[in-house]
Amino acid sequence: MELPIYLDNNATTPCDPRVVETMVPFFTSNFGNAASRNHSFGWTAEEAVDYAREQVAALIGANPKEIIFTSGATEGDNLALKGVAEMYAAKGNHFITTTVEHKAVLDTCKVLEKEGCDVTYLEVERDGMLDLAKLEAAITPKTVCIAVMYANNEIGTVNPMKEISAIAKKHGVLLMSDAVQAVGKIPVDVNEDGIDLMAFTAHKMYGPKGVGALYVRRKNPRVKVTAQMDGGGHERGMRSGTLNVPGIVGFGKACELCRLEMEQDAAHTSKLRDKLETELMKIEEAYLNGHKENRLPHVSNISFKHVEGEGLLMGINKDIALSSGSACTSASLEPSYVLKALGLGDDLAHSSLRFGLSRFTKEDQIDHAVELVRKTVLKLRDMSPLWEMYKEGIDLDTIEWAEH
Amino acid sequence: MTSIYFDNAATTSLDSRVLDAMLPYLKENYGNPSAIHGAGRTSRLAIEESRKTVASLLSCKPAEMFFTSCGTESTNTILNAAIRNLGCKHIITSPIEHHATLLTSQKLAEEFGIEVHYCKHQENGELDYDDLLALIEKVGPTNKTIVSIMHANNELGIINDIDRIGQACKKHEVLFHSDMVQTVGHMPINLHEMAVDFASASAHKFHGPKGKGAMYINGSVKLEPLIFGGGQERNMRAGTENVAGIVGFAKALELSVGDMLEENNHCKELKDYCWAALKENLKEVELGTSCNKTLSRVLSIILPHTPKTEMLQMSLDMKGIALSGGSACSSGAMGGSHVMKHLHDTACVPLRISFCKSNTKEEVDTLVKSIKELLS
Repeated sequence: MELPIYLDNNATTPCDPRVVETMVPFFTSNFGNAASRNHSFGWTAEEAVDYAREQVAALIGANPKEIIFTSGATEGDNLALKGVAEMYAAKGNHFITTTVEHKAVLDTCKVLEKEGCDVTYLEVERDGMLDLAKLEAAITPKTVCIAVMYANNEIGTVNPMKEISAIAKKHGVLLMSDAVQAVGKIPVDVNEDGIDLMAFTAHKMYGPKGVGALYVRRKNPRVKVTAQMDGGGHERGMRSGTLNVPGIVGFGKACELCRLEMEQDAAHTSKLRDKLETELMKIEEAYLNGHKENRLPHVSNISFKHVEGEGLLMGINKDIALSSGSACTSASLEPSYVLKALGLGDDLAHSSLRFGLSRFTKEDQIDHAVELVRKTVLKLRDMSPLWEMYKEGIDLDTIEWAEH
Repeated sequence: MTSIYFDNAATTSLDSRVLDAMLPYLKENYGNPSAIHGAGRTSRLAIEESRKTVASLLSCKPAEMFFTSCGTESTNTILNAAIRNLGCKHIITSPIEHHATLLTSQKLAEEFGIEVHYCKHQENGELDYDDLLALIEKVGPTNKTIVSIMHANNELGIINDIDRIGQACKKHEVLFHSDMVQTVGHMPINLHEMAVDFASASAHKFHGPKGKGAMYINGSVKLEPLIFGGGQERNMRAGTENVAGIVGFAKALELSVGDMLEENNHCKELKDYCWAALKENLKEVELGTSCNKTLSRVLSIILPHTPKTEMLQMSLDMKGIALSGGSACSSGAMGGSHVMKHLHDTACVPLRISFCKSNTKEEVDTLVKSIKELLS
């Protein structure tokens, strides 16, 4: 069995060897600047970028012209939101988003607020789902854009994008989606889903780090964003900077592989995920976070009550690479804001594990992970006075703790 | 067919030793550097080691070095922050800067109503230092100002006197950014001695990977990021780090600094050799600039505008020789080079021949012979 077992695929995935292989020639031999329009080194690079653009577009049912390459989804989210805020300032200054978005969306929204926009942060239900009636009610004549993630990075909950876009369309509001976790994992079609702007990234779908894309709709309606990085006018003026050709080529290949293998990958990961989840949920006082049905096939988020999350991670991280929440905030010891937003108390939010499987995860690894997590949970509970009290039937919520 | 690459100022080939350093981070060491498990820590360590390497090679503190996705992003971040959160009301720059500086300045002027001042140039493209220093003296003392002047021009190769500008900026308490995309990895850089507050760099100009830049922010200045959401790069640049790219940046810089003297001597020899041969074979050829402080690897020449010279780049490409008329970033634009337009009347055809360590005299011979044939 391969150790360590990597189950942090929502943070980043390994690059598929077939992707790396495709990239290598563009580092050393086909190294031209894609903007060099007057020699073959440049054309070869440009052709490779165009081909990758088609591969990326094909995965999400877009036109290649609607794809803007960026350095990652965070840049894409920034460009989409700030770009729309600037471009549509005459129409309005109100944005609607949710409290469980990725920091790239939330922090950008905070910047927009500082610059004079109004942002409504909608709370989600206990299962992570958005109440669409609340969403519709939040729309005002000043609303320009709704930003809702396609699938949540911590609990894997998938939003009903078609229904959300129908509401957006009805009110003439743009729909922007951070689809980092969904693209390549489940079928995403910008036209069927009615999405106007969508950010995603290569390194969450077996591609390289440092490259992402922003989809910007060109028809019905034609959407425009104001560039946030100016210079050579690359990417039709919407994103300047010499193109990361090998990265883009790798992204294209990764998209193609996902398009062709998505069904197989999903069948593989969901089978293993279900096995993992079924086994772990047999542990006493284990709680599944998020919606059981409406979610990504490779994700499971479970809280083990009365177990300290950090201790749990310490106990297993030698063998299993795993996070308790989003990588971007995992360095802090704060409990996950996503789980808190679902209404979990600190105890459950602190004791969660996020399992993210990949096309490379093996069954024996899952078996080992189940054993190790179970053993560690039981061991930690054995040492825990809280667990002892719980076992004695004391209602912990009613205890008034003395201040230290 | 021959394949000769003389466009090293646009981008360079990745050094195979750099690729070797990067590959483990594209393959087995794939952890997200923000994750706390072993795979994440391996990536984090690689980033911080790279930062130390880069900082030591450029003589600044690791905490002053931030990785970005490219030189353009670095320049955009610095100029935006100078206006948005340091409250600068004036930008002093030059009309022949890179578009990353010029267009960002223009956009900031439109958005925030700040004023952009352009210094004059001498006929040969050199900065008119008297004019620039006078501008700094005039605007600086009474207004919060940032000066943005590149270290070396990407089309003409002219090296600017950064120390002189930096001293003037210091004297008048003006912030100073230098776009060092053409010089990092090609010239000795000591950021702490250079009296710059900010600098931009890009790996793919010195045999490193595309998609990886860096910016220097002097420790005494605190800026807000351009890209938000995640807190990476100590809150200066959000987004999952391109670990392989960062490792590649550091490795490429290390190799370039190590080979610098040798590479510069080699390029200078090729440049002199090329110019002598061109001069001998073509009577109408002129240097793009008479300035003698130019990058060893950039030879800028000018030919009179004729139907044949107009097609020269294309014809050379048919023979497998790649060079450019100006900056790659705008080479697709029909407007032509803004640098050359500023300095010359339009009836000339500029060519930029830019060398690297792997170019040879034989390749130069082929170039000169081809140009001669094509123009005869």
